[in-house]
Amino acid sequence: MEQSLERTRLQRIFGSDIWYSFTHNPTAIFSAIVTVGMILAAIFAPWIAPHDPFDLATISIMDGNLPPAWSAGGDMNFLLGTDDQGRGILSTILYGARISLLVGFSSVIFSMVVGITLGLVSGYVGGRTDALIMRIADIQLSFPAILIALLVDGVARGLIPSEMHSEISIYVLIFAIGISGWVQYARTVRGSTLVEKNKEYVQAARVIGIRPFTILRRHILPNVMGPVMVIATIHLAIAIITEATLSFLGVGVPPTTPSLGTLIRIGNEYLFSGDWWITIFPGITLVVLVLAVNLLGDWMRDALNPKLR
Amino acid sequence: MDLLNINNLRIEFPSRHGTVIAVDDVTLTVQPGEVLGVVGESGAGKSTIGNAVIGLLEPPGKMTGGHVLLKQQGIDTLGPEAKRKIRGRRIGMIFQDPLTSLDPLQTIEQQLVETIDLHLKLGERKSRERAVDLLRQVGIPDPENRIKNYPHQFSGGMRQRVVIALALCAEPEVIIADEPTTALDVSIQAQILELMRRLCKDKKVGMLIITHDMGVIAEITDRVAVMYRGKLVEEGTTAKILGNPDHPYTQSLISAVPRPDIRLKRFPMVNYIEAEGERKKLLDLSTHWLGRSRDYAALDGPLLSLKNIVMTFVTKPAILKHNRVTFNAVDDVSFDINEGEVFGLVGESGSGKSTVARMICSLYRPAAGEINYIGTDLTKIRSETERDFFRRQMQMIFQDPFSSLNSRMRVMDIIAEPIRFHKLASSNREVEQIVTDLLDHVGLGAQAAVRFPHEFSGGQRQRISIARALATRPRFLICDEPTSALDVSIQAQILNLLKDLQEELGLTMLFISHDLPVIRQMCDRVGVMKTGKLVEVSATEDLFENPQAAYTRELLDLMPRLDTLSHEGLEVEQR
Amino acid sequence: MISFILKRLVQSVIVMLTVALIAFSMFRFVGDPINNMVGQDTSRADREALTERLGLNDPFIVQFGRFALNAAQGDFGFSYKFRQPVNKLILERMSATLELSFVSAVLALAIGIPAGVYTALKKKGFLSRGIMTLSLVGVSLPTFLIGILLILLFGVVLRWLPTFGRGDVVAIGGWTTGFLTVSGLKSLILPSITLALFQMTLIMRLVRAEMLEVLRTDFIKFARARGLPDRAVHFKHALKNTLVPVITITGLQLGSLIAFAIITESVFQWPGMGLLFIQAISDVDIPIMAAYLVLIAFFFVIINMVVDILYYAVDPRLRADDA
Repeated sequence: MEQSLERTRLQRIFGSDIWYSFTHNPTAIFSAIVTVGMILAAIFAPWIAPHDPFDLATISIMDGNLPPAWSAGGDMNFLLGTDDQGRGILSTILYGARISLLVGFSSVIFSMVVGITLGLVSGYVGGRTDALIMRIADIQLSFPAILIALLVDGVARGLIPSEMHSEISIYVLIFAIGISGWVQYARTVRGSTLVEKNKEYVQAARVIGIRPFTILRRHILPNVMGPVMVIATIHLAIAIITEATLSFLGVGVPPTTPSLGTLIRIGNEYLFSGDWWITIFPGITLVVLVLAVNLLGDWMRDALNPKLR
Repeated sequence: MDLLNINNLRIEFPSRHGTVIAVDDVTLTVQPGEVLGVVGESGAGKSTIGNAVIGLLEPPGKMTGGHVLLKQQGIDTLGPEAKRKIRGRRIGMIFQDPLTSLDPLQTIEQQLVETIDLHLKLGERKSRERAVDLLRQVGIPDPENRIKNYPHQFSGGMRQRVVIALALCAEPEVIIADEPTTALDVSIQAQILELMRRLCKDKKVGMLIITHDMGVIAEITDRVAVMYRGKLVEEGTTAKILGNPDHPYTQSLISAVPRPDIRLKRFPMVNYIEAEGERKKLLDLSTHWLGRSRDYAALDGPLLSLKNIVMTFVTKPAILKHNRVTFNAVDDVSFDINEGEVFGLVGESGSGKSTVARMICSLYRPAAGEINYIGTDLTKIRSETERDFFRRQMQMIFQDPFSSLNSRMRVMDIIAEPIRFHKLASSNREVEQIVTDLLDHVGLGAQAAVRFPHEFSGGQRQRISIARALATRPRFLICDEPTSALDVSIQAQILNLLKDLQEELGLTMLFISHDLPVIRQMCDRVGVMKTGKLVEVSATEDLFENPQAAYTRELLDLMPRLDTLSHEGLEVEQR
Repeated sequence: MISFILKRLVQSVIVMLTVALIAFSMFRFVGDPINNMVGQDTSRADREALTERLGLNDPFIVQFGRFALNAAQGDFGFSYKFRQPVNKLILERMSATLELSFVSAVLALAIGIPAGVYTALKKKGFLSRGIMTLSLVGVSLPTFLIGILLILLFGVVLRWLPTFGRGDVVAIGGWTTGFLTVSGLKSLILPSITLALFQMTLIMRLVRAEMLEVLRTDFIKFARARGLPDRAVHFKHALKNTLVPVITITGLQLGSLIAFAIITESVFQWPGMGLLFIQAISDVDIPIMAAYLVLIAFFFVIINMVVDILYYAVDPRLRADDA
């Protein structure tokens, strides 16, 4: 029987409408390839990057502000040119994407865990617990995520001794972006939970005697995950943008471990002197990454909501 | 001259699994002043015909053959603008759900005047006069003032009257009504059908009424067309089709309709419709796990006894207690259920019958009263583990087969959950064995265990629900409208299954339904509920032959007349 | 109606108090307020005198009460860095931010709503698909990057428009405006487009989604079955029903423009509150951060009130509940 269980699980995936919609949607396939490709490139950056931009022994200020290899004065060693300190742009982008994706994924997971938990509790328990959680959510929702993240960041700066800033700033950043995003999950999960908990399969479980925690975990959670996955995908794009924005504003990751946003910030200072490549290439990378993730999210939302077609 | 002709109509829905032929070579005619019923079970393609006639087929459906003629003029080949001018002007349409058919942000007046002025070009003032007049014709009291109201200020039945008024705005020649009373209570249904029939006869309008309900057919139609899987299987006068059908499908369909006037031993097995689940492999209950520990000691009193229970819902919450608005969904209800009997609860929607069921199995806590189960007051139990003892003995089957099973779980895990929770089997192996046996016993077969609920039809899912309820070896089974979401032929099968199980296992049952004929087939005694109160409790046959309460008499009077239905092949139970 | 507004007012006051509590906690517990106000060489006695004079030894609730009362009158104390009253610093810059946000809001609504309606009605059309693809690019472009690209194109390459500052402004009472001078208007173009673009795409996608949702309802099908022409179905019935949810979310979105201006102001060196705030974060200038937080909350509460009243006016079902 085990074997047939496995087979039906695979059949379930490949026979599903979602899979069908995926294989018949060139945009979805393309954006999935781009996303996965960029994630892999970021993970394996130390092995595929032509230079290690943080190894002071290998960089030379003499190579500073070189244009891309194909323009006059370019160097084949530095395909996309170099920044002011002589680091290859291609290498810094690969390493930068690593930081951006790390912060993006971590803060999405953080938001998800907080949001799903609070949403489930709020929707299932109801009453005053629900009212309290939702009031907090409402108040937080009045402030844009970027403002919350900025405030958390600012407060953290005040609380943490300045010599420790650069070490833990990445965790502060993950916390700041994560805490600014939980409301979306909580509201969606609460809404779905309210619908699901009145469905008869949940009442059947209660009639059997199943305890609330098990009902939430075994019955309700799997049934509310569909919309959560859509939000998570779109939120990943937002988290990456937020990280880039904070780093661009100078309150994100420290310049010693630059993310894509930091690279754009550094390059912005040279924009007027005509050294456009320092800003533009990290910018393009950022936009392509976010666009691919957004396209995936967009497709997923349509695929999970068959009414829209 | 024929008013409406549908000639050799064929409609296809292309999909990724191949083209579905929704309507296949269907020919119908409607005369002025005639009501033609199109009857069939879900998936028969009957609604698609209505949509095709008014030119509003849902994409990707398309007409691939045949013609629609209105007074001998082809209307299917007209351009979109010409088609639009026919809609509402010459062909009116009434949909199923009156609650969603009206624009919630506009007054009745705005919607009526808009339609009248569009088609008849009467101008604002004349249109308004006509609108008031129409509302009066469809039986809205005080139309001059009510016309200024928004849809949400009307009840469901009143809204359907408004919808009918909107369909009548421009004196159409044909009206197409798609399940016009399905969303309404029986008492409202009778009034609306009466209204529609009268309007049709008075104004010489031809009506095409699409329904799954033999009661509606018997009540209102002159002629009937029976559809099965997109094909027209039989057509004739209502008396002929109901009383003496020729086609085997029609015969089996009619034999599956629960009768208000007789009580059957079982429904005849309907052979034309696929055997959704024939119980081929039955368990030997004298040895099997399912039959174990069934010989309970005889009781002195009733198994279950409700004393003055009350359930209060807060409709408008407030912090201060005396500011809250509450209403009693169940108000001072008392009755007993004896071991081994089937007790019915009947009432219209909102009568509180489901709330009673949910209080008995502890989904709700009563505001007052006692629920005694073999001498223990269930409302006094505080500890969950103590309650588990009673939960095992008491299970419930729900109404909606599509939401009563967790779609993310396999059938195996769904049915195994209660066995595992109550530790009724010693090993995982035994659990799996019991689940497959149960599936066999309810007529699904063991191979169903590895599949997910969405792979099953409504009737099959209801069998899974029944297997889950049996998995705790209950003594008392609550059935909350177990068949009201099912087609009539499937309903017959499920009712047969429940009857068999009740007899085999000596179950005590609480059977809840809004459908009096179904109650008559299933129950030994019946309680009638109205707006939270129990108005009468009688033995079933007494209730139908000699009702005591005025409300019961009213309900019985409003039941559709089905005495013209063929009795062929029925085994009537004698008292 | 009056009880409805009263209920809303009470809720708003609770929200403001909560936000004030957060702001006060930041002020009181993040860093030492005394250290931030005086120099290194201030004597211990002077510090204690200052602590006493500022009431920092009073019970928490008293301190919070004083903070809330002062805040209600617009008094947020002195900036640690500028050594000036916070309300003066903010007031000087408020007009710049509000003018920028206003122009962006008008842009976002004037383009977003019609584009959303159009793409919903012509779902399969060539232009609709183009707009939808563009809008996805729009939400994928971080605001600061849009700003940089606009600066690069119109400022550096074409040299058509100014890339930083407000240009010449005219003072009318306490309000400075850039609307009345050519350089002020020219300076507004790039920042307001930058700020509007993201909101515009959001509003457009929202309107489209809601409109598609409404177009699938039974009453739209029934309206068609009554023979109403597309025009009436789309604009009289569908659009009005779409507006109900759109008003709520759009209101919130427009409110967030004021906060989103932080990024735009930073890119264009626009002398508004956002720029002040971002500098305050870098310098841990808590009084400015606290004041900005309370101010933004206040704007939101006002917008929410307006939205609720609009909602009430559009949807008759709410009015009936109240009666």
